[in-house]
Amino acid sequence: MDYYNLMRIFAFIHLLVSIPHGYSNYVETKAGQFFSSGHTNNWAVLVCTSRFWFNYRHVANTLSVYRSVKRLGIPDSHIVLMLADDMACNYRNPKPATVFSHKNMELNVYGDDVEVDYRGYEVTVENFLRVLTGRLPPSTPRSKRLLSDDRSNILIYLTGHGGNGFLKFQDSEEISNMELADAFEQMWQKRRYNELLFIIDTCQGASMYERFYSPNLMALASSQVGEDSLSHQPDLAIGVHLMDKYTFYLLEFLEEVHPASQANMNDLFKVCPQSQCVSTPGHRTDLFQRDPGSVLITDFFGSVRKVEITKDTINLTSPVEPPIQRSGSGDIQIESLTYVDQLPVAEIIHQKPKQKDWHPPDGFILGLWTLILLVFFQTYGIKHLKHIF
Amino acid sequence: MAAHRCGLSLVCILFFSSLAHPSRCDTLEKANDNTATKRSISEVNTDGSVAGEDMNERQWQSTDVEVNRSDGTKNSETFTPAPAKDQFQEELVIRPLHSGDIYASFQFRTLWDTDFLQEGQKKVSHYRLFPKSLGQVLSKFSVQELHISFTQGFWRTMQWGQPFIPSPPGAELWVWFHHTVSDVDGNWKELTNVLSGIFCASLNFIDMTNTVQPSASFKPLGLGNATDHRFLRYATLPREIVCTENLTPWKKLLPCGSKAGLAVLMKSEKLFHSSFHSQAVHIRPICQDEQCTSKAWELRQTLNVVFDHYTSGQGKKEWSLFKMFSRTLTEACPLASSSKVYVDITDNPEGELFELSPATPLLSQAVVLGDRRTYSVYDLTRAETFGQLRSFNLLLRWKGDSGDMLRPLLHAERYVAGFGLQTGEIHTVIYNNHPYRAFPVLLMDSVPWYLQLYIHTLTVTSKSRDNKPSYIHYQPAKDRHRPHLLEMLIQLPPHSMTEVTVQFERALLKWTEYTPDPNHGFYVGSSVISALVPSMVAMSTNFTQDQPLFSSFVPVKEESSYFVRVYTEPLLVNLPTPDFSMPYNVICLTCTVVAVGYGSFYNLLTRTFQVDEPSPPLAKRLANFIRRIRGVPLLA
Repeated sequence: MDYYNLMRIFAFIHLLVSIPHGYSNYVETKAGQFFSSGHTNNWAVLVCTSRFWFNYRHVANTLSVYRSVKRLGIPDSHIVLMLADDMACNYRNPKPATVFSHKNMELNVYGDDVEVDYRGYEVTVENFLRVLTGRLPPSTPRSKRLLSDDRSNILIYLTGHGGNGFLKFQDSEEISNMELADAFEQMWQKRRYNELLFIIDTCQGASMYERFYSPNLMALASSQVGEDSLSHQPDLAIGVHLMDKYTFYLLEFLEEVHPASQANMNDLFKVCPQSQCVSTPGHRTDLFQRDPGSVLITDFFGSVRKVEITKDTINLTSPVEPPIQRSGSGDIQIESLTYVDQLPVAEIIHQKPKQKDWHPPDGFILGLWTLILLVFFQTYGIKHLKHIF
Repeated sequence: MAAHRCGLSLVCILFFSSLAHPSRCDTLEKANDNTATKRSISEVNTDGSVAGEDMNERQWQSTDVEVNRSDGTKNSETFTPAPAKDQFQEELVIRPLHSGDIYASFQFRTLWDTDFLQEGQKKVSHYRLFPKSLGQVLSKFSVQELHISFTQGFWRTMQWGQPFIPSPPGAELWVWFHHTVSDVDGNWKELTNVLSGIFCASLNFIDMTNTVQPSASFKPLGLGNATDHRFLRYATLPREIVCTENLTPWKKLLPCGSKAGLAVLMKSEKLFHSSFHSQAVHIRPICQDEQCTSKAWELRQTLNVVFDHYTSGQGKKEWSLFKMFSRTLTEACPLASSSKVYVDITDNPEGELFELSPATPLLSQAVVLGDRRTYSVYDLTRAETFGQLRSFNLLLRWKGDSGDMLRPLLHAERYVAGFGLQTGEIHTVIYNNHPYRAFPVLLMDSVPWYLQLYIHTLTVTSKSRDNKPSYIHYQPAKDRHRPHLLEMLIQLPPHSMTEVTVQFERALLKWTEYTPDPNHGFYVGSSVISALVPSMVAMSTNFTQDQPLFSSFVPVKEESSYFVRVYTEPLLVNLPTPDFSMPYNVICLTCTVVAVGYGSFYNLLTRTFQVDEPSPPLAKRLANFIRRIRGVPLLA
């Protein structure tokens, strides 16, 4: 790994400084490989769409991918993590604040510094599509946005319960494969990605990518149309299945990947053959421009660190300006700085009720009635009463 | 217009600052004098503690914060000549509860010496200790005061007594905006969105349908005389879950993160394996110094946990820091001016109930919630606390059985009565356990619009007699726009039970307004009961003096009573929930009816019927053919 990093830096020097030299072809090919992807930043959108405790495995699926991309260098600010339910602190979880992917509580994929961006009821089809297409309300915080550009490689991972051509969100709504394909097209037109890797672990997962039509998309699914995607192993202490088969073997594969590893997409396609998965994992590469054999796993699961070499000297010894002294305006407001009474009973009792817009003055109504009666008796007199009643 | 005013005030400020400059030097000198005297006090104290090394002769400390602050400021002065008096303190209080549980309360206080709310000041701030993410939020949205808490579990007042800072289950947010804010609702909406990003919580679900403006229940806890409740917003999300993803950003706000100091104990696996977990952030302006001539921002981060080690530890009431947090302490946060661990030993004056090891010669007394409590103090800024092993693991062993259950003077509970899915009744029961004193409480209820309150059925009874509230503020709900808000000031008679009941009707929601799991029910946030409870001992009204953090949150105005807030249980109410598969069923049924009923009927009406003559058998036809030729009558 160190060796590779060194090579990277050499490659940079070679390209940026461009001094005539006698490096071997090896370095050239390395450098070529390094820039072949053409992306400058990496993003990940990881979504679990299932609610309820018995869908523990879907949360574990998503978190294991989260763990892998974080380990390979994508920071939390570039990961949009959506979990439809809280498994870690669920009251049924015998070990709170943990989500395990392996039996006997071997690997806690929840970790101690997870940041979930969308959770619970926030995980909806609308929010998912808004994140992808960037059509969020203006006050949405940065951590809930996918701030990608046309040089971004995006990994999108979905898991949940699905069927032929749809994926359920929270048992109450669903996204269809056409909607998803249109969202990706909109992303492409808005230049929100350079290349996009789509992975889905759900029943009949291949149906979700068959309608894609935008360029630079690569898609993987855990099962073909007509097949179920199966869960991997139950844990007796936790009482539910911990993971799905496909993501389990995907996690095992990703655990072997390190930031400098040369594993490519063809290796990823071989993950979980039918003998292990029971279902047949599928993939689609016809929209993708490059040969999958030349695409590194770290192009999507890792992160690019931009290195720029400068020959200029930067002087860091200039004194740091101390903050400006506060102007002494304290004398003006000595009397105004006080703490308030927390329960001023007398004040509350005498608090005036809110004045209504307009009240007729007191006695106005009474006066009006008197006037009416007076006019009545003036006109008819008391003796005519018997004609009226 | 506004710019003009700003400019004018800038000129004013500049003028006054030039006037006030000499006096500023004076105060600086004064401060220096103060530290000098404090230093001398601290020397005396340390001498005393060295002398009283044996355990029989315990050292009493009145206020022990100053001891180390002088050292701290001295140290910081040596390498940073910063004029800003930023400060960071950390503190852990451990209280063994009578039920066998252990209450651990962390408090971290960051003081930020800046005042950007003042007009004319440049909005330049330094972020030495104060988290920048929060500082920018404060200045952008002109927040005067901000209180946010995330709680899992319910604080059982009857068993555990009063917490230092109470909080309702779920998330609670209340904010006082500065009185110059024109669009409070807009600021509030944006602020909740931003906070939801900072704390990884679903605070963006706070909207107009669950926000209220309490008229009397919430007053600013910090400096400020503006109590116009138009600038106050209050909202709770009782359903909000609290987990590691909320703790992670909370820990990042600390100057030392979770790398050093008391925060190393915060392992989420242990903190969430507890009966009660609550974390909060309180930001408010407080006095900069004793004279209270200028403001400073106080960020108080609190984390309260109740561990149930009695049932999980096979009935043994032993605990240690390692057992609770799976870590021991090795150092104080280097940025902290004070770092202390307090253990409540009030019930154990002679060491007959439990034994603490390592023993400490330092004791401290504080008046907390109307009671004088005694604490053993462990100062983490001193090397001798950690001993030979360079690690501090506090251990408590119980000797005898603990005493009686304590009866809190005030507690409350709430439940829903009634049957069926049409109507119901909310009961709130408030207990005053004081033998001879009556005291006032302010009850605040915020009920979502889909429970339509029948306010004419509101009754308040104490001792089976009608108790007329001296102040009622009721704001009816507007469907899909605003919740009900009910505030009542009730005088609780001594040793009594006061019951507040109100009936309600459940509304039918629209199809899309149901949550994805509507059969779980809908939550109604806790009632808030603010009270002035008579105090057993005289409360200290001098708020500016240095006190331990846990006893200095709520400003005290009078000696005879103390302010306390009690939250009741949130309610879980079932609303009439349609069968969401109904459209599907209807379609299926309709199709069946159409296919079977209408189809066959239509068929019957449009078909023409003809009598079909059966053709005679072949033999008969042949016979008839022959008979026709012969001219004989045919066979029938």
